[in-house]
Amino acid sequence: MIPKRVSSIKFEVLSPQEVRRMSVAKIITPETYDDDGFPIEGGLMDTRLGVIDPGLKCRTCGAKAGECPGHFGHIELAAPVIHVGYAKLIGKLLNATCRECGRILLKNEKRDKFIAEIEKSRELGQDFEDIVKEVFRVTKGIKKCPHCETEQMEVKFDKPTFFYENEHRLTPKDVRERLEKIPDDDLPAFGMDPKAVRPEWLVLTVLPVPPVTVRPSIILETGQRSEDDLTHKLVDIIRINQRFMENKEAGAPQLILEDLWELLQYHVTTYLDNEVSGIPPARHRSGRPLKTLAQRLKGKEGRFRGSLSGKRVNFSARTVISPDPNLSINEVGVPLVVAEELTVPIYVTDKNVEEAREYIMRTEHPKANYVIRPDGRRIRVMDSNREELAEKLEPGWIVERQLKDGDIVLFNRQPSLHRMSIMAHYVRVLPYKTFRLNPAVCPPYNADFDGDEMNLHVPQSLEAQAEAKILMTVQEQILSPRFGGPIIGGIHDHISGLYLLTRGEKNFTKEEVMSIIRPLNITKLPEPKYDDMWTGKQIFSMILPDITIEFKAEICQNCEECKGEECENDAYVVIRDGELITGTIDEKAVGAFKGIIIDEIMRKFGSEETRKFIDNMTQLAIRAIMNAGFSFGISDEDIPDDAKKQIRDLIKEAERKVDELIQAYREGNLEPMPGRTVEETLEMRIMQVLGRARDQAGKIASQFLGMDNPAVIMAVSGARGSMLNLTQMAACIGQQSVRGERIGRGYTYSNRTLPHFTPGDLGAEARGFVKSSYKDGLTPVEFFFHAVGGREGLVDTAVRTSQSGYLQRRLINALQDLKVDYDGTIREQTSNMLVQFRYGEDGVDPMKSFRGKAVDVKRIIREVMAEEGKEV
Amino acid sequence: MKMKLQDHMLVPKHELLSKEEAEEVLKVLNVRKEQLPKIRADDPIAKEIGAKPGDIVRIVRDSPTAGKSVVYRLVI
Repeated sequence: MIPKRVSSIKFEVLSPQEVRRMSVAKIITPETYDDDGFPIEGGLMDTRLGVIDPGLKCRTCGAKAGECPGHFGHIELAAPVIHVGYAKLIGKLLNATCRECGRILLKNEKRDKFIAEIEKSRELGQDFEDIVKEVFRVTKGIKKCPHCETEQMEVKFDKPTFFYENEHRLTPKDVRERLEKIPDDDLPAFGMDPKAVRPEWLVLTVLPVPPVTVRPSIILETGQRSEDDLTHKLVDIIRINQRFMENKEAGAPQLILEDLWELLQYHVTTYLDNEVSGIPPARHRSGRPLKTLAQRLKGKEGRFRGSLSGKRVNFSARTVISPDPNLSINEVGVPLVVAEELTVPIYVTDKNVEEAREYIMRTEHPKANYVIRPDGRRIRVMDSNREELAEKLEPGWIVERQLKDGDIVLFNRQPSLHRMSIMAHYVRVLPYKTFRLNPAVCPPYNADFDGDEMNLHVPQSLEAQAEAKILMTVQEQILSPRFGGPIIGGIHDHISGLYLLTRGEKNFTKEEVMSIIRPLNITKLPEPKYDDMWTGKQIFSMILPDITIEFKAEICQNCEECKGEECENDAYVVIRDGELITGTIDEKAVGAFKGIIIDEIMRKFGSEETRKFIDNMTQLAIRAIMNAGFSFGISDEDIPDDAKKQIRDLIKEAERKVDELIQAYREGNLEPMPGRTVEETLEMRIMQVLGRARDQAGKIASQFLGMDNPAVIMAVSGARGSMLNLTQMAACIGQQSVRGERIGRGYTYSNRTLPHFTPGDLGAEARGFVKSSYKDGLTPVEFFFHAVGGREGLVDTAVRTSQSGYLQRRLINALQDLKVDYDGTIREQTSNMLVQFRYGEDGVDPMKSFRGKAVDVKRIIREVMAEEGKEV
Repeated sequence: MKMKLQDHMLVPKHELLSKEEAEEVLKVLNVRKEQLPKIRADDPIAKEIGAKPGDIVRIVRDSPTAGKSVVYRLVI
């Protein structure tokens, strides 16, 4: 079947005739139900408007509650009232037309010119708002009607619904009469289509009453009926409407009538929008403001954003996450309470009817929560009906059994920026109340455990489960389609641990080896390298599959000439036939985003083997770091007094150099750099000098910290932090900047940053150089500058995230219906238009590429040479 | 004397396909003419090579990923 297509949508204003035509009942009485609890005819709950009580039938369509969609009624207003939503437009129209003849305040030729312009824009599908605005602007200035020569008076619009002309109040009736006089021919100049909207329709004379299905009443536990806010508001309107009519017929004084009229206007206004500025919102008896028509649509929880763009989903759970290194990366720990609520359907057949029956008969954890009969009825399994249901169970039924170990679920963390934000995991039902995951899968989700929450979804159909298992499991997502390398790998302690284990030739006794490899499934120990002692490299080799690679580790110093296997820093990793010969395992080897070893295993043995390696690697690393012992405290950034003095001297020297530069600048002796002014040159030179000073201070500090300092270990192995962080903690924080320049803002008129300095001081201290370290603590002035620089960082991240988020959203919307066709071309989904003749111009799937390159030439050469038995 | 656009280093190579070539290309790609990307007949480069609406132009440009990349455009 070809689906029907909506070619266009047009919005029009309801005319009074239209309202009456679509109405099935005229509502005349404010009462809703009679003493027997039956809806009163002509009341707001009239059964012609549809029914909500079970058992009653709609008098319009004859359908029962739930089937009848509801029908509109109407209220005849005793006097016209302004529609708040259109009040501003009415005001503009009154000022743009003659108060006597109703014509637009423009000569015909000029009007036609505007109309032609609007028509042209409309045809081109452009916005004609601006032209209409121009029409209103021009007409407002005209004091005399060009058609009947009447002097014009300005109509003042007083929010929300009042109009004044010369201090004299215009009643809605006056307004309506004036709008009626505007001829159809003038309307296009205001951007209005006379067929869609006549200006007098903007003043209400008839009010449509929405069907009861739109405003259902609820029955409280006490048996009392509680009406919807809209019904309450409609009752108010009808009451005042009736009073007005009675008073008018009785010939009441004008003053009273006007008061009632205003009251009617108030009720109709708040019925449409209860958050209009200028009038108090209508309140419930309890004091809560009523939720009327506009409130139902507006805002985050409104109809558009809350109900149409976003909906809620079943078979899902959300809670805080926490780490559990004993789980496989493929698993997720699900709290028992969650597992007891979420269900997986068993489609009962001849073959599994017994199994399904067992679930029904169970009374604890993996039991059946519901059964669904072939007619679609859902029955909760309870103690009372358990046996009965088990007996009746037959093929064709569906049993909803609780989530248990081994089920497949989708796990997600927002923001879902790439496809690895939703991955499939196998369930492990665990005690307590958090979702548990292996810390090695944090990078793709960008998760940490400072209170992050994640969502879990249970695929219901067998197809969905199969797809999840084959395409979405964590192990299938180890290689990222973003850069063709592993995105899952060791983090933090995993890297520190393996670094400690494999660095140099550490020796371990049999007891130590056993305690380290205890969680791993290793059945045979290799020959000890030294008598009865194994090296860390040997232990790591136990979990390595049969691979052969060589690379430079993260700790590589980038020496002028690489000595390869003879590297003094133990930074050249050589793995031969699954045996770590030399080199230290660090971030480059097993880290997320880098992980060369992971990459190699993935390419050689596939995802299953890689998963096992990562599982083993994380466990081994944790045992190794526990065996070595690893901690970090404030005393770990202590440096000797000697070093402190060196750093102090260094900074003093730098400050002196800065003063010299400033001196040279003041005397006009500073040579400007090509293409720069003298001032720019000075700034750049100063930044250079101070930057170098900080780096040197860092170098001095790191000399005294040594390679066995835990902070240094973390920084060089890539586990956490950088040498710069360390420098700032131990030696010198350095220059604070705003927009890449030294801090110069503050008291602009005297050109200084703080009153502590002389005006125009360009010295290091006066422009935000912080010479203290975090450990020593900052002076008040330094602290201030540090806060200035820190604030910029915060603002930057806030701005960047929102901007990049919007950028990504636009990109996704633009690309969402493109696909790679079987012939390798990129086509648009529906029209089959060609977009690219070959995917990415080279037809390479980045996930299967080698770090973005189509082929790994080195690897191919190595493999070919190995086949021929030659050394590379 | 007007410079030839094709001689500019930033302008990729454009060439007009003959009828037979055009048909062959469409057959290989398994598309109708209209599904190709477009180039306007009043585009300076189209004018230079004398492309008329309905013709197909082959463009060969350097690509950072594939070395050379060949695309076709329908002249409108």
